[in-house]
Amino acid sequence: MTSFVKPFIRRKNEPTNDLGLVRADYDGAMSTLCAGCGHDSVTATMARAFFELSIEPHMAVKVSGIGCSSKTTAYFLRESHGINTVHGRMPSVATGAIAANHQLAYIGVSGDGDSLSIGLGQFVHAMRRNVNMLYVLENNGVYGLTKGQFSAAADIGSTAKKGAVNELPPIDPVSLALSVGATFVARGFSGDRDQLLPLIKAGLKHKGFGLIDVISPCVSFNDHKGSTKSYAHAYKYYNPAIHADYVPPSQQIKAAYAAGEVMPVKLHDGGEIRLRKLENGYDPRDRAAAIGKLFESGESSEIITGLLYINEDHKDMHDMARMEDRPLNQIPYAELNPGAAKLKELQKGFR
Amino acid sequence: MRPTNTRNPDYFHKVVDCQWACPAHTPVPAYIRLIAQGRYSDAYMLNRESNVFPGILGRVCDRPCEPACRRGRLEEEPVAICRLKRVAADHRDDITDQLPKKPAKTNGKRIALIGAGPASFTVANDLAPLGYECTIFEKLSEPGGLMRSNIPAFRLPEQVLSEELGYILGMGVELKLGHSVDSMDALLEEGWDAVFVGSGAPRGKDLNLPGRWDTKDADGVAGANVHIGIDWLGSVAFEHTKAIGENVLIIGVGNTAMDCCRTSLRLGAKNVKVMARKPRAFFKASAWELEDAEEENVEIIVNHSPKSFVLKDGKLTGMVFEVMEYEIDESGKIISQNMTGETTIACDDVILAIGQDNAFPWIEETSGIKLDKWHVPEVDEATFESTRKGVFFGGDAAFGPKNIIWAVEHGHQVAISIHKHCQGKMLSGRLPNEVDMLPTKMGMFEWRYSNSYDDAARRKMTHVELTKRFEDLDVEVELGFTAEQIATEVERCLNCDIQTVFEASLCEECDACIDICPVECLSMTPDAEDEAELRASLSASEIIEGQALYVSDALPLTGRVMIKDENVCLHCGLCAERCPTAAWDMKESLIEIHYADEQDAEQKIGGGA
Repeated sequence: MTSFVKPFIRRKNEPTNDLGLVRADYDGAMSTLCAGCGHDSVTATMARAFFELSIEPHMAVKVSGIGCSSKTTAYFLRESHGINTVHGRMPSVATGAIAANHQLAYIGVSGDGDSLSIGLGQFVHAMRRNVNMLYVLENNGVYGLTKGQFSAAADIGSTAKKGAVNELPPIDPVSLALSVGATFVARGFSGDRDQLLPLIKAGLKHKGFGLIDVISPCVSFNDHKGSTKSYAHAYKYYNPAIHADYVPPSQQIKAAYAAGEVMPVKLHDGGEIRLRKLENGYDPRDRAAAIGKLFESGESSEIITGLLYINEDHKDMHDMARMEDRPLNQIPYAELNPGAAKLKELQKGFR
Repeated sequence: MRPTNTRNPDYFHKVVDCQWACPAHTPVPAYIRLIAQGRYSDAYMLNRESNVFPGILGRVCDRPCEPACRRGRLEEEPVAICRLKRVAADHRDDITDQLPKKPAKTNGKRIALIGAGPASFTVANDLAPLGYECTIFEKLSEPGGLMRSNIPAFRLPEQVLSEELGYILGMGVELKLGHSVDSMDALLEEGWDAVFVGSGAPRGKDLNLPGRWDTKDADGVAGANVHIGIDWLGSVAFEHTKAIGENVLIIGVGNTAMDCCRTSLRLGAKNVKVMARKPRAFFKASAWELEDAEEENVEIIVNHSPKSFVLKDGKLTGMVFEVMEYEIDESGKIISQNMTGETTIACDDVILAIGQDNAFPWIEETSGIKLDKWHVPEVDEATFESTRKGVFFGGDAAFGPKNIIWAVEHGHQVAISIHKHCQGKMLSGRLPNEVDMLPTKMGMFEWRYSNSYDDAARRKMTHVELTKRFEDLDVEVELGFTAEQIATEVERCLNCDIQTVFEASLCEECDACIDICPVECLSMTPDAEDEAELRASLSASEIIEGQALYVSDALPLTGRVMIKDENVCLHCGLCAERCPTAAWDMKESLIEIHYADEQDAEQKIGGGA
């Protein structure tokens, strides 16, 4: 716990975004996580992404479950909407919220416990439905809030702080996402914001379910020798396969890459993601290749990162279900509730 | 890039903007902390070490520290450093027993000091306790130099001045008043071991425009009702002049002009105009002196260039001005000027405050002291020695008009030179500054300084009511800070001398410091060839001259470097509070400056004493 607060200091000549807001306008309450927690770094990067995208805080929604990572929604975007749901039930609440108003920017923050154990079913079905949200899974391999038991993401052979060895195979959220139809799948590391920031921006602008699995070390319970989710291990085995830059619609003229070096992917908002190959022959638009690459890297204990898969052609939940485009709160009451007679008529059709 | 060498004593010194900007390098944050603790006497004594006259300077210093203050880069107003210095002086107890004593025995070396201003008094302050027999010669009947004759008593009360000069006289310094030195050759023949010239820049500039010498007073003396600013102020200070006409024009907008216009109001002027040739951005006067004058309803008229004096029957009735127009480029420089017309402004008196020059009519060529064509002596910039061995210059006498705090610093340096000269040592072999790093950690989230940021605005000094302040010439206008004002103002200081110190080998690259920093002055980035490339990774970096970029050693896990923009850092210590491995720490940098009394330290150690 901390006994100090980060002051909000407005400076002369401070950089502002298109809305005239400063970076600190996207901060939240003071983090109560352990000093050095990877989650704080992810939080700061999310705040910066919203700042740089000039998203008005009241046009954003933060949703989360239970756990250290789920606490972090309090630590950024103090003036946006947000809900801490029941453990593992964040995807359902988010799905409901998006059904009611799909014009807001949705970001879900969860952890390996919340998503891969208690909430695994919910997590998978949100991906299947291609719910239009960015889901940031802060993955540290342990249950930090309950003092360091292995989570379902712990690698075989990795050890707990007091030496116990994990023998259960891990659930890899990235391969899982690829197998059930997520349309934007990435992995990042809290220690590399240069990579993470554009991923978050691109994920927010992608139409459909975006998953970013972020290796985010737990300094208190999983940062020792023998851990495969420590800072030292992540820095050592970390391998960025592909770099993604989000380019907003207004800045598209400034293309500065040689042909062949960059793969542009058009987004629905008119912007695009520019993929820069860091490794020969990798194409994140090819799902089979992505799955192959993941299994390959798993054997060499390499942590492959970057935007591993993207598909902009798949319909999201809203389109598939042919839902109302207008947010429900903007529809006149008489239209929203046409009355008992209309209901009866509707029910007739099902008889 | 090469990692920053923080062992260089200048590195952390520069980070303490106020101390670095102060010619005498007064440790400002350190004395503000003492004031915060209510240790006014200790704060006064700490000030006195470097600036010698805290009570005087706490009122009338030119305050080069304030424009430099880090707080001013964050918001509009810097910490009221000068006013806090006065707080230390106003609230101190009797500190006479802490002052250096007159030594029981002198060392037999006789030093002549010419001019009883701040420079000579500082030399005496440093040398008398070491056993030197110092004699100050002053042509006027009171000591203080321009501090007495040119700074009006409503800004600097006589008693404050006399008390601080008295401290130094109490160290066994002889003061010869009404004793003008008329010949350097004659003085040198008296066999002094060293001579110091601290006689200031006493000649006010004249303005020889048509009509200047056509006025006559009752006795037929030419040039009546046209006064040279510094002479006129002196004449008021020594009570030779007690009145002035109703309508007064001041020519010039320096600090002397501000003293002239405000003094005029106290001598009965009803209508005072300060005439400036250029626009406001080009005024030489300090912003606060302009404000204080305007508060007293002095009118400042810009873009009027004096052309001639207007007379009627041999009596001054006004002045003719050319009305100017300037074209100013983006950088604020005048690129062309243009006269658009003429205007006559009526007046009874004109005071010329357009600058002052050095004047040494009493230094003969035979003395071996070289003066250039502007009567400025050739003086070594480090040792202050003239072209004649054993004769030193300091204060305004050395390099032309500056200010009191520069005179004090010159005095310190001259004292070292004289000490070395009298021992037959090389003048240039001075002890360099050193830096000591002291821990400040007291416990979890607890430091030896008030690190939390306080967003209070600068406190405003209360002034005597306008209706009361003109009653007498010596009603001090500024009332000093109240207890509440002190308590707030001390918290505005950012404690720039409490440094963020980084130990790269302990860092685990978790980003905690970067996220907690409220001004985003930190970053971890791959090492680069030059600073500009490293700065690119900082979102809020601004290149300001003299403000360094701290670059760490390579970090253990990735080989990247930690960088910090010293320009924006607020020294709040949150990086050190947040760091899980204590790679960041807060340490007080103590800049050790060695005065004349410490110059023999090396020798003592060498002698095995």
